[in-house]
Amino acid sequence: MPKRDAPEINAGSMADIAFLLLVFFLVTTTMDSDMGMMRKLPPTLPPDMPKPPPIKDRNVFVVLANSNDQLLVEGELMDISELKAAAKEFIENPMNIETLPEMKTVDVPIFGVRQVSKQVISLQNDNGTSYELYVQVQNELAAAYNELRDELAQDKFGVTYKQLVENKEKAKVNAIKRVYPQRISEAEPKDVGGH
Amino acid sequence: MGSKFKKEGGRGEPAISTASLPDIVFILLFFFMVTTVMREVDLKVKVVVPSATEIQKFKNKSLVTYIYIGSPTDEKLGTSARIQLGDAYAEVQDVGAYIETRRGEHDEAEVPLLITAFKVDRSTKMGIVTEVKQELRKVSALKISYSSVEGITFK
Repeated sequence: MPKRDAPEINAGSMADIAFLLLVFFLVTTTMDSDMGMMRKLPPTLPPDMPKPPPIKDRNVFVVLANSNDQLLVEGELMDISELKAAAKEFIENPMNIETLPEMKTVDVPIFGVRQVSKQVISLQNDNGTSYELYVQVQNELAAAYNELRDELAQDKFGVTYKQLVENKEKAKVNAIKRVYPQRISEAEPKDVGGH
Repeated sequence: MGSKFKKEGGRGEPAISTASLPDIVFILLFFFMVTTVMREVDLKVKVVVPSATEIQKFKNKSLVTYIYIGSPTDEKLGTSARIQLGDAYAEVQDVGAYIETRRGEHDEAEVPLLITAFKVDRSTKMGIVTEVKQELRKVSALKISYSSVEGITFK
């Protein structure tokens, strides 16, 4: 090889440097997509607030979770797998049964005058309840609402509720929400488990 | 080896140039830099989040504040659940101040949109979670999210 005055800089190591950076980014990054169940906490009430009017027992769906991760739903021991169906029946009350929530007539946009149940779901857990069960209960209750809303959306608009939300059809979504409003109330937890 | 800028047909058979290899790798590098998010913190607690089906994706990740709760990774610290805020262990009463500092990092208009995400280990007892929730209520950080992975919830 003939001699040259100014030898060029070897760019071969450039690839190594870039690879090093690449590996660094591969290692320091997380691929997990962050997802979660969105909830809203109740605001703290001023102490001089008048007490809200009591809710009739038949309108409240009581879910209790104890420190052994057992569920007591409306006074009966229940497995988590049955919770969704029970909650759906309670929320909808299609046969207008005496023990299930009262119906009131509401003028809902799009749907017109409709019977809407005065349901409220009350959830109370023990300080010893596991977080996993708590999330499962929240999930099942949300699923009950979502399935009912879905059935209504399919029935009326021929699309799923999820599609309505994704397509930002606010009027339709809000109308469905008026028919099946999600009312999950969380009571202050008790500490009876002894742990 | 010839010069990079040699004229075509200058000297016999040219070697295959590897000069474009760095460019290819850089493209890969930029792809990863753009599509990935930096790991927010070094986890000091063991967190395996529960699975759920009714979950949503965060619309804007920069608005999310994470609170980690789980047993410490350092076994010398025992097994009872601890709270991690940012990079350090914290107590329940520190939660309010932490939320306030996080709020200071955002525009005032964005403050009501801030979400607090619970990354809580599935075996944690609810007691500590409820205490944190009460602290959040005190500072009116009411939008929360229970981080979960998509999947069946029970067998």
